[in-house]
Amino acid sequence: MKVPLVEIAHARSGDKGDTANVGVIALDPRWYEALQKYVTRERVAEHFRGMIEGSVERFELPNLNALNFLLHRALDGGGTLSLKTDAQGKVFSTALLRLVIDVPDAEARRLNLPGAS
Amino acid sequence: MKSLVRVAAGQGFWGDDLDAPRRQVEGGPIDYLMLDYLAEVTMSILQKQKERDPTLGYARDFVGAIESILPALLERGVKVVANAGGVNPRACAEAVRSVAAKRGAKDKLRIGVVTGDDLLARLDDLIAHGHSLSNMETGEPLSSVRSRVLSANAYIGSEPIVEALSRGANIVITGRSTDTALTMAPLRYEFGWSSEAWDQLAAGIVAGHIIECGAQCSGGNCLYDWRSIPDLANVGYPLVEGRPDGSFVVTKHPNTGGRVSIPTVTEQLVYEMGDPHSYITPDVIADFSTINLSDDGKDRVLVSGIKGRPPTDKLKVSVAYRAGFKAIGTLVYSWPDALDKAQLADRILRERLDRMGLRFEKILTEFVGANATHGPLAGDHHDAPEVQLRFGVRGNDKVAVERFTREIAPLVLNGPPTVTGFAGGRPKVEEIVAYWPALIDKTVVKTKVDII
Repeated sequence: MKVPLVEIAHARSGDKGDTANVGVIALDPRWYEALQKYVTRERVAEHFRGMIEGSVERFELPNLNALNFLLHRALDGGGTLSLKTDAQGKVFSTALLRLVIDVPDAEARRLNLPGAS
Repeated sequence: MKSLVRVAAGQGFWGDDLDAPRRQVEGGPIDYLMLDYLAEVTMSILQKQKERDPTLGYARDFVGAIESILPALLERGVKVVANAGGVNPRACAEAVRSVAAKRGAKDKLRIGVVTGDDLLARLDDLIAHGHSLSNMETGEPLSSVRSRVLSANAYIGSEPIVEALSRGANIVITGRSTDTALTMAPLRYEFGWSSEAWDQLAAGIVAGHIIECGAQCSGGNCLYDWRSIPDLANVGYPLVEGRPDGSFVVTKHPNTGGRVSIPTVTEQLVYEMGDPHSYITPDVIADFSTINLSDDGKDRVLVSGIKGRPPTDKLKVSVAYRAGFKAIGTLVYSWPDALDKAQLADRILRERLDRMGLRFEKILTEFVGANATHGPLAGDHHDAPEVQLRFGVRGNDKVAVERFTREIAPLVLNGPPTVTGFAGGRPKVEEIVAYWPALIDKTVVKTKVDII
Protein backbone atom coordinates (compact mmCIF):
# COMPACT_ATOMS: atom_id res chain seq x y z
CA MET A 1 0.00 0.00 0.00
CA LYS A 2 0.98 3.65 -0.43
CA VAL A 3 1.80 5.38 2.85
CA PRO A 4 2.27 9.17 2.92
CA LEU A 5 5.20 9.91 5.20
CA VAL A 6 3.24 12.79 6.74
CA GLU A 7 0.86 10.24 8.28
CA ILE A 8 3.55 8.29 10.11
CA ALA A 9 6.26 10.84 10.91
CA HIS A 10 7.00 14.37 12.04
CA ALA A 11 10.13 16.32 11.20
CA ARG A 12 12.32 19.36 11.79
CA SER A 13 14.93 20.81 9.47
CA GLY A 14 17.75 23.32 9.68
CA ASP A 15 21.01 24.33 8.05
CA LYS A 16 24.78 24.14 8.26
CA GLY A 17 26.11 26.42 5.55
CA ASP A 18 24.85 25.18 2.18
CA THR A 19 23.64 21.87 3.66
CA ALA A 20 20.09 21.35 4.88
CA ASN A 21 19.40 18.68 7.47
CA VAL A 22 16.05 16.99 7.94
CA GLY A 23 15.34 14.87 10.99
CA VAL A 24 12.37 12.58 10.44
CA ILE A 25 10.77 11.09 13.55
CA ALA A 26 8.24 8.24 13.69
CA LEU A 27 4.89 9.30 15.19
CA ASP A 28 4.66 5.86 16.81
CA PRO A 29 7.80 3.96 17.88
CA ARG A 30 6.56 0.88 15.97
CA TRP A 31 6.65 2.84 12.73
CA TYR A 32 10.38 3.56 12.93
CA GLU A 33 10.89 0.21 11.25
CA ALA A 34 8.98 1.46 8.20
CA LEU A 35 11.08 4.64 8.08
CA GLN A 36 14.28 2.67 8.48
CA LYS A 37 13.35 0.26 5.70
CA TYR A 38 11.62 2.44 3.11
CA VAL A 39 12.87 6.02 3.56
CA THR A 40 16.21 5.17 2.00
CA ARG A 41 18.97 7.53 0.96
CA GLU A 42 18.22 6.74 -2.71
CA ARG A 43 14.48 7.34 -2.27
CA VAL A 44 15.12 10.74 -0.64
CA ALA A 45 17.69 11.76 -3.27
CA GLU A 46 15.10 10.93 -5.95
CA HIS A 47 12.43 12.90 -4.05
CA PHE A 48 14.57 16.05 -3.95
CA ARG A 49 15.90 15.80 -7.50
CA GLY A 50 15.85 19.26 -9.05
CA MET A 51 15.65 20.93 -5.63
CA ILE A 52 19.17 20.20 -4.42
CA GLU A 53 22.48 20.13 -6.27
CA GLY A 54 24.52 17.84 -4.04
CA SER A 55 24.35 14.37 -2.55
CA VAL A 56 22.22 12.96 0.26
CA GLU A 57 23.54 11.31 3.43
CA ARG A 58 21.43 9.31 5.88
CA PHE A 59 22.00 8.48 9.56
CA GLU A 60 19.93 6.19 11.77
CA LEU A 61 18.89 7.12 15.30
CA PRO A 62 16.83 4.15 16.56
CA ASN A 63 17.06 5.54 20.10
CA LEU A 64 14.99 8.54 18.97
CA ASN A 65 12.93 6.60 16.38
CA ALA A 66 14.42 9.02 13.89
CA LEU A 67 16.47 9.30 10.72
CA ASN A 68 18.67 12.27 9.92
CA PHE A 69 19.25 13.32 6.33
CA LEU A 70 21.88 15.75 5.10
CA LEU A 71 21.00 17.40 1.80
CA HIS A 72 24.15 18.90 0.38
CA ARG A 73 24.22 22.03 -1.80
CA ALA A 74 20.57 22.58 -1.07
CA LEU A 75 20.44 26.25 -0.11
CA ASP A 76 21.88 28.34 -2.98
CA GLY A 77 25.08 28.88 -1.00
CA GLY A 78 23.27 29.10 2.32
CA GLY A 79 23.02 31.79 4.98
CA THR A 80 23.38 35.34 3.73
CA LEU A 81 24.51 34.34 0.22
CA SER A 82 21.27 32.56 -0.59
CA LEU A 83 18.50 34.22 -2.60
CA LYS A 84 15.98 31.60 -1.49
CA THR A 85 12.95 32.29 0.71
CA ASP A 86 14.01 29.27 2.75
CA ALA A 87 17.69 30.18 2.91
CA GLN A 88 18.10 28.27 6.16
CA GLY A 89 16.28 25.12 5.12
CA LYS A 90 13.61 25.54 7.77
CA VAL A 91 10.81 23.90 5.78
CA PHE A 92 12.64 21.12 4.00
CA SER A 93 11.08 19.16 6.88
CA THR A 94 7.59 19.18 5.41
CA ALA A 95 8.93 18.92 1.86
CA LEU A 96 10.34 15.52 2.85
CA LEU A 97 7.05 14.58 4.52
CA ARG A 98 5.44 14.81 1.05
CA LEU A 99 7.21 11.56 0.23
CA VAL A 100 4.92 8.55 -0.27
CA ILE A 101 6.42 5.14 0.48
CA ASP A 102 5.33 1.71 -0.73
CA VAL A 103 4.86 -0.80 2.06
CA PRO A 104 3.67 -4.39 1.40
CA ASP A 105 0.11 -4.81 2.76
CA ALA A 106 1.03 -7.57 5.19
CA GLU A 107 3.82 -5.49 6.66
CA ALA A 108 1.62 -2.41 6.92
CA ARG A 109 -0.89 -4.50 8.90
CA ARG A 110 1.82 -5.93 11.13
CA LEU A 111 3.12 -2.45 11.92
CA ASN A 112 -0.43 -1.15 12.32
CA LEU A 113 0.25 1.71 9.88
CA PRO A 114 -2.59 4.19 9.36
CA GLY A 115 -4.99 2.97 6.66
CA ALA A 116 -3.85 -0.67 6.92
CA SER A 117 -6.75 -3.06 7.41
CA MET B 1 28.33 19.54 46.06
CA LYS B 2 24.81 20.29 44.93
CA SER B 3 22.71 17.32 43.84
CA LEU B 4 20.69 19.36 41.36
CA VAL B 5 21.58 22.42 39.28
CA ARG B 6 19.03 24.32 37.23
CA VAL B 7 20.17 26.07 34.07
CA ALA B 8 17.50 28.08 32.27
CA ALA B 9 17.62 29.37 28.70
CA GLY B 10 16.48 32.94 28.24
CA GLN B 11 17.52 33.74 24.68
CA GLY B 12 17.86 31.56 21.59
CA PHE B 13 19.42 34.14 19.28
CA TRP B 14 20.01 37.90 19.11
CA GLY B 15 16.51 39.19 18.47
CA ASP B 16 14.65 36.66 20.60
CA ASP B 17 11.89 37.63 23.07
CA LEU B 18 13.25 40.55 25.13
CA ASP B 19 11.20 39.61 28.18
CA ALA B 20 12.18 35.92 28.29
CA PRO B 21 15.23 36.40 30.58
CA ARG B 22 13.09 38.11 33.21
CA ARG B 23 10.37 35.47 32.99
CA GLN B 24 12.96 32.73 33.43
CA VAL B 25 14.43 34.34 36.52
CA GLU B 26 11.09 35.22 38.15
CA GLY B 27 9.01 32.21 37.10
CA GLY B 28 10.57 29.67 39.48
CA PRO B 29 13.82 28.56 41.07
CA ILE B 30 16.91 28.55 38.83
CA ASP B 31 20.65 28.61 39.52
CA TYR B 32 21.91 29.84 36.16
CA LEU B 33 20.47 31.87 33.33
CA MET B 34 22.02 30.98 29.97
CA LEU B 35 21.70 33.46 27.13
CA ASP B 36 22.77 32.59 23.59
CA TYR B 37 23.02 35.60 21.30
CA LEU B 38 25.30 34.47 18.50
CA ALA B 39 24.33 32.94 15.19
CA GLU B 40 26.75 32.38 12.33
CA VAL B 41 26.32 35.84 10.81
CA THR B 42 25.99 37.77 14.06
CA MET B 43 29.73 38.25 14.61
CA SER B 44 30.14 40.11 11.33
CA ILE B 45 27.25 42.47 12.11
CA LEU B 46 28.85 43.18 15.47
CA GLN B 47 32.25 43.69 13.83
CA LYS B 48 30.72 46.32 11.51
CA GLN B 49 29.23 48.09 14.53
CA LYS B 50 32.60 48.05 16.29
CA GLU B 51 34.29 49.57 13.24
CA ARG B 52 31.89 52.49 13.41
CA ASP B 53 32.17 52.84 17.20
CA PRO B 54 34.91 51.05 19.17
CA THR B 55 32.70 50.93 22.29
CA LEU B 56 30.18 48.71 20.46
CA GLY B 57 30.37 45.23 18.94
CA TYR B 58 28.37 43.25 21.50
CA ALA B 59 24.70 42.26 21.87
CA ARG B 60 23.21 45.37 23.42
CA ASP B 61 19.97 43.57 24.29
CA PHE B 62 21.99 41.81 26.99
CA VAL B 63 22.45 45.02 28.95
CA GLY B 64 18.68 45.52 29.07
CA ALA B 65 18.23 41.90 30.05
CA ILE B 66 20.62 42.29 32.99
CA GLU B 67 18.87 45.47 34.08
CA SER B 68 15.51 43.64 34.07
CA ILE B 69 16.79 40.81 36.26
CA LEU B 70 19.23 42.68 38.49
CA PRO B 71 17.15 42.47 41.70
CA ALA B 72 16.67 38.70 41.40
CA LEU B 73 20.29 38.29 40.46
CA LEU B 74 21.39 39.96 43.65
CA GLU B 75 18.73 38.66 46.03
CA ARG B 76 18.64 35.03 44.90
CA GLY B 77 22.17 34.54 43.69
CA VAL B 78 21.21 33.57 40.16
CA LYS B 79 24.28 33.57 37.92
CA VAL B 80 24.35 34.47 34.24
CA VAL B 81 26.40 32.95 31.42
CA ALA B 82 26.11 34.60 28.01
CA ASN B 83 28.00 34.89 24.75
CA ALA B 84 26.70 38.45 24.49
CA GLY B 85 30.25 39.81 24.24
CA GLY B 86 30.36 39.29 20.49
CA VAL B 87 33.56 40.90 19.19
CA ASN B 88 33.90 43.18 22.21
CA PRO B 89 33.30 41.30 25.50
CA ARG B 90 35.13 43.93 27.52
CA ALA B 91 32.89 46.76 26.29
CA CYS B 92 29.88 44.58 27.02
CA ALA B 93 31.09 44.08 30.59
CA GLU B 94 31.63 47.83 31.00
CA ALA B 95 28.09 48.50 29.79
CA VAL B 96 26.73 45.98 32.29
CA ARG B 97 28.77 47.57 35.07
CA SER B 98 27.46 51.02 34.32
CA VAL B 99 23.85 49.83 34.30
CA ALA B 100 24.51 48.13 37.67
CA ALA B 101 26.13 51.30 38.98
CA LYS B 102 22.99 53.23 38.05
CA ARG B 103 21.07 50.81 40.28
CA GLY B 104 23.65 51.08 43.07
CA ALA B 105 24.72 47.47 42.58
CA LYS B 106 28.13 47.86 40.99
CA ASP B 107 30.03 46.35 43.90
CA LYS B 108 27.86 43.25 44.01
CA LEU B 109 28.68 42.14 40.52
CA ARG B 110 31.73 40.11 39.65
CA ILE B 111 31.88 39.95 35.90
CA GLY B 112 34.04 37.32 34.27
CA VAL B 113 35.17 38.37 30.81
CA VAL B 114 36.40 35.65 28.46
CA THR B 115 38.59 36.73 25.55
CA GLY B 116 41.02 35.09 23.16
CA ASP B 117 38.54 33.78 20.59
CA ASP B 118 39.05 36.81 18.33
CA LEU B 119 41.66 35.94 15.67
CA LEU B 120 41.16 38.93 13.35
CA ALA B 121 44.30 40.81 14.36
CA ARG B 122 46.35 37.58 14.15
CA LEU B 123 45.12 36.37 10.75
CA ASP B 124 48.09 37.34 8.59
CA ASP B 125 50.49 35.93 11.14
CA LEU B 126 48.51 32.69 11.34
CA ILE B 127 48.40 32.34 7.55
CA ALA B 128 52.16 33.09 7.36
CA HIS B 129 52.76 30.28 9.85
CA GLY B 130 50.99 27.76 7.67
CA HIS B 131 47.46 27.88 9.08
CA SER B 132 45.55 27.94 5.80
CA LEU B 133 42.11 28.22 7.45
CA SER B 134 40.70 26.49 4.40
CA ASN B 135 36.95 26.56 3.92
CA MET B 136 35.51 23.34 5.40
CA GLU B 137 32.94 23.11 2.60
CA THR B 138 34.97 24.08 -0.47
CA GLY B 139 38.60 23.49 0.57
CA GLU B 140 39.67 26.95 -0.65
CA PRO B 141 42.41 28.62 1.44
CA LEU B 142 41.41 31.74 3.35
CA SER B 143 44.09 33.73 1.52
CA SER B 144 41.75 33.81 -1.50
CA VAL B 145 39.36 36.15 0.36
CA ARG B 146 41.75 37.58 2.95
CA SER B 147 41.33 41.21 1.91
CA ARG B 148 37.57 40.95 2.36
CA VAL B 149 37.56 39.39 5.84
CA LEU B 150 35.49 41.25 8.46
CA SER B 151 35.78 38.98 11.48
CA ALA B 152 37.41 35.70 12.49
CA ASN B 153 36.63 33.92 15.74
CA ALA B 154 37.44 30.51 17.13
CA TYR B 155 34.59 28.64 18.81
CA ILE B 156 35.84 28.13 22.34
CA GLY B 157 34.65 25.61 24.89
CA SER B 158 33.74 25.39 28.56
CA GLU B 159 37.21 25.78 30.18
CA PRO B 160 37.37 29.58 30.47
CA ILE B 161 33.74 29.80 31.62
CA VAL B 162 34.43 27.24 34.36
CA GLU B 163 37.52 29.26 35.33
CA ALA B 164 35.50 32.48 35.58
CA LEU B 165 32.88 30.77 37.76
CA SER B 166 35.54 29.26 40.01
CA ARG B 167 37.04 32.73 40.46
CA GLY B 168 33.69 33.92 41.79
CA ALA B 169 32.07 35.51 38.75
CA ASN B 170 28.30 35.86 38.96
CA ILE B 171 28.07 37.06 35.36
CA VAL B 172 30.23 35.47 32.67
CA ILE B 173 30.46 37.21 29.32
CA THR B 174 32.13 35.48 26.39
CA GLY B 175 32.69 36.19 22.74
CA ARG B 176 32.38 33.30 20.29
CA SER B 177 32.04 30.42 22.72
CA THR B 178 30.00 27.50 21.46
CA ASP B 179 26.31 27.78 22.25
CA THR B 180 26.39 24.45 24.05
CA ALA B 181 29.32 25.38 26.35
CA LEU B 182 27.16 28.08 27.94
CA THR B 183 24.99 25.34 29.46
CA MET B 184 27.61 22.67 29.97
CA ALA B 185 30.12 24.91 31.79
CA PRO B 186 27.90 25.70 34.81
CA LEU B 187 27.03 22.00 35.21
CA ARG B 188 30.70 21.07 34.92
CA TYR B 189 31.69 23.71 37.45
CA GLU B 190 29.01 22.81 40.00
CA PHE B 191 29.50 19.05 39.75
CA GLY B 192 33.28 19.20 39.45
CA TRP B 193 33.41 17.15 36.24
CA SER B 194 36.99 16.65 35.12
CA SER B 195 38.18 17.51 31.63
CA GLU B 196 38.10 13.77 30.88
CA ALA B 197 34.64 12.97 32.26
CA TRP B 198 33.59 12.32 28.67
CA ASP B 199 30.08 11.01 29.35
CA GLN B 200 29.13 13.82 31.70
CA LEU B 201 30.64 16.49 29.46
CA ALA B 202 28.75 15.03 26.50
CA ALA B 203 25.55 15.06 28.55
CA GLY B 204 26.12 18.74 29.33
CA ILE B 205 26.57 19.41 25.61
CA VAL B 206 23.32 17.61 24.78
CA ALA B 207 21.56 19.65 27.48
CA GLY B 208 22.97 22.76 25.82
CA HIS B 209 21.88 21.65 22.36
CA ILE B 210 18.33 21.08 23.62
CA ILE B 211 17.89 24.52 25.24
CA GLU B 212 20.18 26.73 23.11
CA CYS B 213 17.33 27.65 20.76
CA GLY B 214 15.08 28.77 23.58
CA ALA B 215 11.43 27.80 23.20
CA GLN B 216 12.13 25.67 20.14
CA CYS B 217 12.28 22.66 22.51
CA SER B 218 9.29 23.67 24.63
CA GLY B 219 6.54 23.91 22.04
CA GLY B 220 7.74 26.66 19.72
CA ASN B 221 8.06 25.72 16.04
CA CYS B 222 6.90 22.22 16.96
CA LEU B 223 5.25 20.30 14.14
CA TYR B 224 4.09 17.36 16.29
CA ASP B 225 0.44 17.87 17.22
CA TRP B 226 0.96 21.62 16.87
CA ARG B 227 -2.71 22.59 17.18
CA SER B 228 -2.87 21.17 20.69
CA ILE B 229 0.13 23.05 22.11
CA PRO B 230 -1.34 25.41 24.70
CA ASP B 231 -0.85 29.14 25.18
CA LEU B 232 2.13 29.89 22.95
CA ALA B 233 1.49 33.58 23.69
CA ASN B 234 2.89 32.83 27.13
CA VAL B 235 5.33 30.13 26.07
CA GLY B 236 7.59 28.82 28.81
CA TYR B 237 11.28 28.87 27.90
CA PRO B 238 13.12 25.68 28.81
CA LEU B 239 15.37 24.82 31.70
CA VAL B 240 17.41 21.76 32.55
CA GLU B 241 17.69 20.21 35.98
CA GLY B 242 21.16 18.70 35.85
CA ARG B 243 22.44 15.93 38.12
CA PRO B 244 26.00 14.93 39.00
CA ASP B 245 25.89 11.73 36.91
CA GLY B 246 25.10 13.74 33.75
CA SER B 247 21.44 12.83 33.48
CA PHE B 248 19.06 15.77 33.37
CA VAL B 249 15.41 16.69 33.08
CA VAL B 250 14.20 19.20 30.51
CA THR B 251 11.26 21.19 31.83
CA LYS B 252 9.83 24.71 32.08
CA HIS B 253 8.34 26.87 34.80
CA PRO B 254 4.79 26.18 36.01
CA ASN B 255 1.94 28.34 34.72
CA THR B 256 3.56 28.91 31.36
CA GLY B 257 2.39 27.91 27.89
CA GLY B 258 4.00 25.57 25.43
CA ARG B 259 4.90 21.96 26.12
CA VAL B 260 7.90 19.84 27.02
CA SER B 261 7.41 16.27 25.80
CA ILE B 262 9.40 13.55 24.08
CA PRO B 263 8.28 14.81 20.63
CA THR B 264 9.12 18.48 21.34
CA VAL B 265 12.55 17.53 22.68
CA THR B 266 13.22 15.06 19.85
CA GLU B 267 12.46 17.71 17.22
CA GLN B 268 15.04 20.00 18.81
CA LEU B 269 17.60 17.19 19.12
CA VAL B 270 17.57 16.63 15.35
CA TYR B 271 17.66 20.37 14.57
CA GLU B 272 20.84 21.39 12.71
CA MET B 273 22.14 17.87 13.23
CA GLY B 274 25.07 16.58 11.19
CA ASP B 275 26.50 13.12 11.86
CA PRO B 276 24.68 12.22 15.09
CA HIS B 277 27.45 9.87 16.19
CA SER B 278 29.96 12.72 16.22
CA TYR B 279 28.66 16.00 17.56
CA ILE B 280 32.05 17.69 17.79
CA THR B 281 32.74 20.40 20.37
CA PRO B 282 35.99 21.80 21.80
CA ASP B 283 35.48 19.80 25.02
CA VAL B 284 34.12 16.45 23.89
CA ILE B 285 32.51 14.55 21.03
CA ALA B 286 28.95 13.63 21.97
CA ASP B 287 27.20 10.60 20.51
CA PHE B 288 23.53 11.45 19.93
CA SER B 289 22.76 7.81 19.16
CA THR B 290 23.18 7.05 22.88
CA ILE B 291 20.57 9.53 24.12
CA ASN B 292 17.72 7.97 26.03
CA LEU B 293 14.51 10.00 26.50
CA SER B 294 11.79 9.10 28.97
CA ASP B 295 8.63 10.72 30.22
CA ASP B 296 9.06 12.16 33.71
CA GLY B 297 5.59 13.63 34.21
CA LYS B 298 3.82 16.65 32.78
CA ASP B 299 6.20 18.91 30.88
CA ARG B 300 9.19 16.90 32.05
CA VAL B 301 11.51 14.73 29.93
CA LEU B 302 14.36 12.79 31.49
CA VAL B 303 17.49 12.57 29.31
CA SER B 304 20.10 9.94 30.19
CA GLY B 305 22.59 7.37 28.94
CA ILE B 306 24.71 9.81 26.91
CA LYS B 307 28.19 8.74 25.88
CA GLY B 308 31.09 10.99 24.94
CA ARG B 309 34.65 10.60 23.76
CA PRO B 310 37.77 12.79 23.54
CA PRO B 311 37.60 15.80 21.21
CA THR B 312 39.81 16.50 18.21
CA ASP B 313 42.90 18.75 18.37
CA LYS B 314 41.18 21.44 16.28
CA LEU B 315 38.81 24.28 16.96
CA LYS B 316 36.25 25.48 14.48
CA VAL B 317 36.72 29.05 13.28
CA SER B 318 33.96 31.27 11.99
CA VAL B 319 35.18 33.81 9.45
CA ALA B 320 32.91 36.47 7.97
CA TYR B 321 33.87 38.12 4.67
CA ARG B 322 32.36 40.52 2.16
CA ALA B 323 30.97 38.50 -0.74
CA GLY B 324 29.27 40.89 -3.14
CA PHE B 325 25.77 42.30 -3.26
CA LYS B 326 22.21 41.10 -3.60
CA ALA B 327 18.72 42.49 -4.01
CA ILE B 328 15.30 40.83 -4.02
CA GLY B 329 12.19 42.38 -5.58
CA THR B 330 8.60 41.18 -5.27
CA LEU B 331 5.25 41.76 -6.99
CA VAL B 332 1.91 40.07 -6.36
CA TYR B 333 -0.33 38.78 -9.20
CA SER B 334 -3.96 37.89 -8.56
CA TRP B 335 -6.43 35.31 -9.86
CA PRO B 336 -7.24 34.32 -12.53
CA ASP B 337 -4.07 32.75 -13.91
CA ALA B 338 -1.95 34.33 -11.18
CA LEU B 339 0.94 31.91 -11.69
CA ASP B 340 0.93 32.34 -15.49
CA LYS B 341 1.08 36.13 -15.09
CA ALA B 342 3.92 35.95 -12.61
CA GLN B 343 5.81 33.56 -14.88
CA LEU B 344 5.37 35.92 -17.83
CA ALA B 345 6.65 38.83 -15.70
CA ASP B 346 9.70 36.72 -14.82
CA ARG B 347 10.49 36.09 -18.50
CA ILE B 348 10.05 39.78 -19.36
CA LEU B 349 12.32 40.85 -16.51
CA ARG B 350 15.04 38.41 -17.51
CA GLU B 351 14.87 39.59 -21.13
CA ARG B 352 15.17 43.24 -20.09
CA LEU B 353 18.13 42.60 -17.77
CA ASP B 354 19.81 40.62 -20.51
CA ARG B 355 19.24 43.36 -23.08
CA MET B 356 20.77 45.90 -20.70
CA GLY B 357 23.84 43.70 -20.52
CA LEU B 358 23.59 43.28 -16.76
CA ARG B 359 25.51 40.23 -15.57
CA PHE B 360 24.93 38.49 -12.26
CA GLU B 361 26.51 35.55 -10.56
CA LYS B 362 23.01 34.26 -9.88
CA ILE B 363 19.39 35.09 -10.68
CA LEU B 364 16.76 33.18 -8.72
CA THR B 365 13.02 33.41 -9.29
CA GLU B 366 10.52 31.94 -6.87
CA PHE B 367 6.73 32.00 -7.06
CA VAL B 368 5.51 32.39 -3.49
CA GLY B 369 2.18 30.61 -3.14
CA ALA B 370 3.17 28.04 -5.73
CA ASN B 371 6.69 26.70 -5.36
CA ALA B 372 8.93 28.93 -3.22
CA THR B 373 9.57 26.46 -0.45
CA HIS B 374 8.69 23.02 -1.81
CA GLY B 375 9.71 23.50 -5.44
CA PRO B 376 8.34 20.96 -7.90
CA LEU B 377 7.04 18.82 -5.01
CA ALA B 378 4.30 21.37 -4.40
CA GLY B 379 2.26 20.26 -7.43
CA ASP B 380 0.08 22.42 -9.66
CA HIS B 381 -1.01 25.89 -8.56
CA HIS B 382 -2.41 27.45 -11.70
CA ASP B 383 -5.67 28.21 -9.89
CA ALA B 384 -4.00 29.94 -6.91
CA PRO B 385 -5.84 33.05 -5.64
CA GLU B 386 -2.59 35.00 -5.81
CA VAL B 387 1.08 34.40 -6.44
CA GLN B 388 4.01 36.54 -5.41
CA LEU B 389 6.83 36.86 -7.92
CA ARG B 390 10.05 36.93 -5.91
CA PHE B 391 13.02 37.81 -8.07
CA GLY B 392 16.54 37.91 -6.63
CA VAL B 393 19.93 38.75 -8.09
CA ARG B 394 23.43 38.37 -6.63
CA GLY B 395 26.82 39.49 -7.91
CA ASN B 396 30.01 41.42 -7.28
CA ASP B 397 28.98 44.35 -9.50
CA LYS B 398 27.13 46.71 -7.18
CA VAL B 399 26.11 49.00 -10.05
CA ALA B 400 24.40 46.10 -11.85
CA VAL B 401 22.54 45.07 -8.70
CA GLU B 402 21.43 48.69 -8.17
CA ARG B 403 20.28 48.96 -11.78
CA PHE B 404 18.21 45.81 -11.33
CA THR B 405 16.29 47.35 -8.43
CA ARG B 406 14.82 49.95 -10.83
CA GLU B 407 13.35 47.30 -13.14
CA ILE B 408 10.64 45.95 -10.79
CA ALA B 409 8.28 48.93 -10.57
CA PRO B 410 7.93 49.50 -14.35
CA LEU B 411 6.35 46.05 -14.65
CA VAL B 412 3.31 47.35 -12.79
CA LEU B 413 2.31 49.43 -15.83
CA ASN B 414 4.15 47.75 -18.66
CA GLY B 415 3.87 44.06 -17.80
CA PRO B 416 1.17 41.42 -17.24
CA PRO B 417 -2.15 42.52 -15.63
CA THR B 418 -3.71 42.42 -12.15
CA VAL B 419 -0.51 43.17 -10.30
CA THR B 420 -0.18 44.77 -6.90
CA GLY B 421 1.87 44.68 -3.71
CA PHE B 422 4.63 47.06 -4.77
CA ALA B 423 4.02 49.68 -2.08
CA GLY B 424 7.23 48.81 -0.27
CA GLY B 425 9.16 50.68 -2.94
CA ARG B 426 12.34 49.78 -4.73
CA PRO B 427 14.22 46.69 -3.46
CA LYS B 428 17.12 47.40 -1.15
CA VAL B 429 20.68 46.53 -2.21
CA GLU B 430 22.37 44.52 0.54
CA GLU B 431 26.05 43.87 0.92
CA ILE B 432 26.53 40.15 1.50
CA VAL B 433 28.63 39.15 4.48
CA ALA B 434 29.20 35.46 4.03
CA TYR B 435 30.25 32.74 6.42
CA TRP B 436 33.52 30.84 6.00
CA PRO B 437 33.88 27.83 8.33
CA ALA B 438 37.44 26.64 8.97
CA LEU B 439 39.52 24.67 11.47
CA ILE B 440 42.59 25.68 13.42
CA ASP B 441 44.98 23.89 15.78
CA LYS B 442 43.74 24.17 19.33
CA THR B 443 47.18 25.10 20.64
CA VAL B 444 47.10 28.36 18.68
CA VAL B 445 44.10 29.76 20.55
CA LYS B 446 44.77 31.05 24.06
CA THR B 447 41.78 32.16 26.05
CA LYS B 448 41.96 34.59 28.92
CA VAL B 449 39.66 35.32 31.84
CA ASP B 450 39.50 38.68 33.58
CA ILE B 451 37.29 39.43 36.54
CA ILE B 452 36.13 43.02 36.69
